[in-house]
Amino acid sequence: MPGIKKLGKQTCRFANPPVIISSGTVVGPKEGQGPLGPYFHRVCADSLLGEASWERAERALLKNAFQLALDSAGLQPKDIDVLLAGDLLNQIISANYTARDLGIPFLGLYGACSTMVESMALGAMLIDGGFAGRVLQGASSHYNTAERQFRAPAEFGNQRALTAQWTVTGAGATVLSAKGMGPRITHATIGKVVDLGVKDASDMGSAMAPAVADTIITHLADTGRKPEEYDLIISGDLASIGKALVQQLVSKAGYEISEIYTDCGCIIYDPTQDVHAGGSGCGCSAVVMGSYLLQEMARGKFRRVLAIGSGALLSPVATLQGESIPGIGHAIVLEAWPDNRVSGAGD
Amino acid sequence: MDNQQHLNQSGQQAIQEYQQMIKQAKPKPPVIKNSFWAFVVGGTICIIGQGLMNLFTAQGLGSLDASAATATVLVFASALLTGLGVYNDLGKFAGAGSIVPITGFANAMVAPALEFKREGMVFGVAARLFSIAGPVLVFGFVTSWLIGLVTFIFT
Amino acid sequence: MEYLKAFLVGGAICVLGQLLMDLTSYRITPAHILVGFVTAGAILSALNLYQPLVNFAGAGATVPLPGFGHALAQGAIQGVQAKGLLGAFGGGVEATSIGVSAAVVFGYLVAVIFSPKGE
Repeated sequence: MPGIKKLGKQTCRFANPPVIISSGTVVGPKEGQGPLGPYFHRVCADSLLGEASWERAERALLKNAFQLALDSAGLQPKDIDVLLAGDLLNQIISANYTARDLGIPFLGLYGACSTMVESMALGAMLIDGGFAGRVLQGASSHYNTAERQFRAPAEFGNQRALTAQWTVTGAGATVLSAKGMGPRITHATIGKVVDLGVKDASDMGSAMAPAVADTIITHLADTGRKPEEYDLIISGDLASIGKALVQQLVSKAGYEISEIYTDCGCIIYDPTQDVHAGGSGCGCSAVVMGSYLLQEMARGKFRRVLAIGSGALLSPVATLQGESIPGIGHAIVLEAWPDNRVSGAGD
Repeated sequence: MDNQQHLNQSGQQAIQEYQQMIKQAKPKPPVIKNSFWAFVVGGTICIIGQGLMNLFTAQGLGSLDASAATATVLVFASALLTGLGVYNDLGKFAGAGSIVPITGFANAMVAPALEFKREGMVFGVAARLFSIAGPVLVFGFVTSWLIGLVTFIFT
Repeated sequence: MEYLKAFLVGGAICVLGQLLMDLTSYRITPAHILVGFVTAGAILSALNLYQPLVNFAGAGATVPLPGFGHALAQGAIQGVQAKGLLGAFGGGVEATSIGVSAAVVFGYLVAVIFSPKGE
């Protein structure tokens, strides 16, 4: 028996679309110097944030993002029913330790870099299902924690591949509420794990592209919508190579999206910042969607947006054992409501 | 094999088609430029090594000792530059030019040890010193032992 | 002239490593290059093919990692000649002990003194 709010194969349509009432984004210096610098709520002067380790610095970013999102909605942690968060580190320690400090009922998530959109989709379900009134979501990543866990330590003198992406140092958080002012989440399309055999840990974009394309195609089929009905389709962290591949895969299925399609990993850095293919990490989509996207929606630049969180479910152990890298993509539809306002960087 | 069977419903043909698409989308590494810098930086490190060799030989060291003293100085310099965060900047454009000389070996020891300093002296620094150097020593020592064994048998 | 030879031969060995990484699949990492070059150097040395290069290029052949393999191989051979089978175990390690020990000591000290700078 299909769910009463289910549409097609993988999509939920919310009966009372939950509202993103506030957001908070915190980034490192490199992201602050990038083209989206002015959009972020806070730019840190250095990537250690005065902490004793990179891992603690990432936690500080995440906690800061939560604080900013709560403050801008005028809320305390006790006003939140559920916290949904995750990150890239083993046992999602950034989210776990931050949740310990906040004392909000917590569900930890691992969706690799798709975690932010995954958390927003789940948060919207909790609210529209009537299980929560307000849900706090967040995700973080840090260049120095991710590189040493998944690849090589920063001081190692190797050349990064041209397909490699730069893990964003940053965290983003959003508060979803059953009522209030702000853009609504009207639909969520839960992605399948798709794996087309990519094994190169320096080429995450290619590993994730099939999953993201699959989710976009499924979403359009489930809702019966055409790409033109969206002002923007934005994926999380595919960067230049993954983005090109998604366009090809989606156009093979008969949809033309290139005019309205972009990727957070392609816009967060300037090409002169030596990031090779572009940005990646949980923080990439979390900070771009939590700042640039919501602020431009508030300004009326985009009214209906399909946002896809893209995750490469990379495990260093499995990779060494010769396994390929599975990808996943989750999508949500954000819709500006008439007369809505969201908190901006200046608020 | 097993892995391929588990690749959801996509099937072999979709996988092969996709690998073809990736091949076309991927940028090619600038082989000439990379090789040029590898040559210049690697060669320069060897010139410095030769200078040190000559210096130590002039001090009266035999060729083996002069060689060991040279390695020691180069290793020290590389460890220091790694600690200062300079060696990885060199590696960005020098590639193999900074990996293949003995200085690259030292960098491969220091970089993980330094990065895992916060995990403590035993499981952090000391264990990680050998995360890349360990395999080098294992294969080096085993090969050396095999060569000794073969020499022993045939003499 | 001596310096030119060291430059040319040392540079050429590095280019070989670069080409191995650039032209083959991503599976050849710097760690593979380190392991492969030491092993290759030892084998070439055992076949008496490396000593001529050392004679020609000096540090150009001893500073790159195949030179480390060369020292391991020659140490083992000389060890066997001096001490028999025991030398097969000790010879290579003895010949490279100063360099390896230096790397351990300096590596440890640097890791203790400095903090990771990250990016």
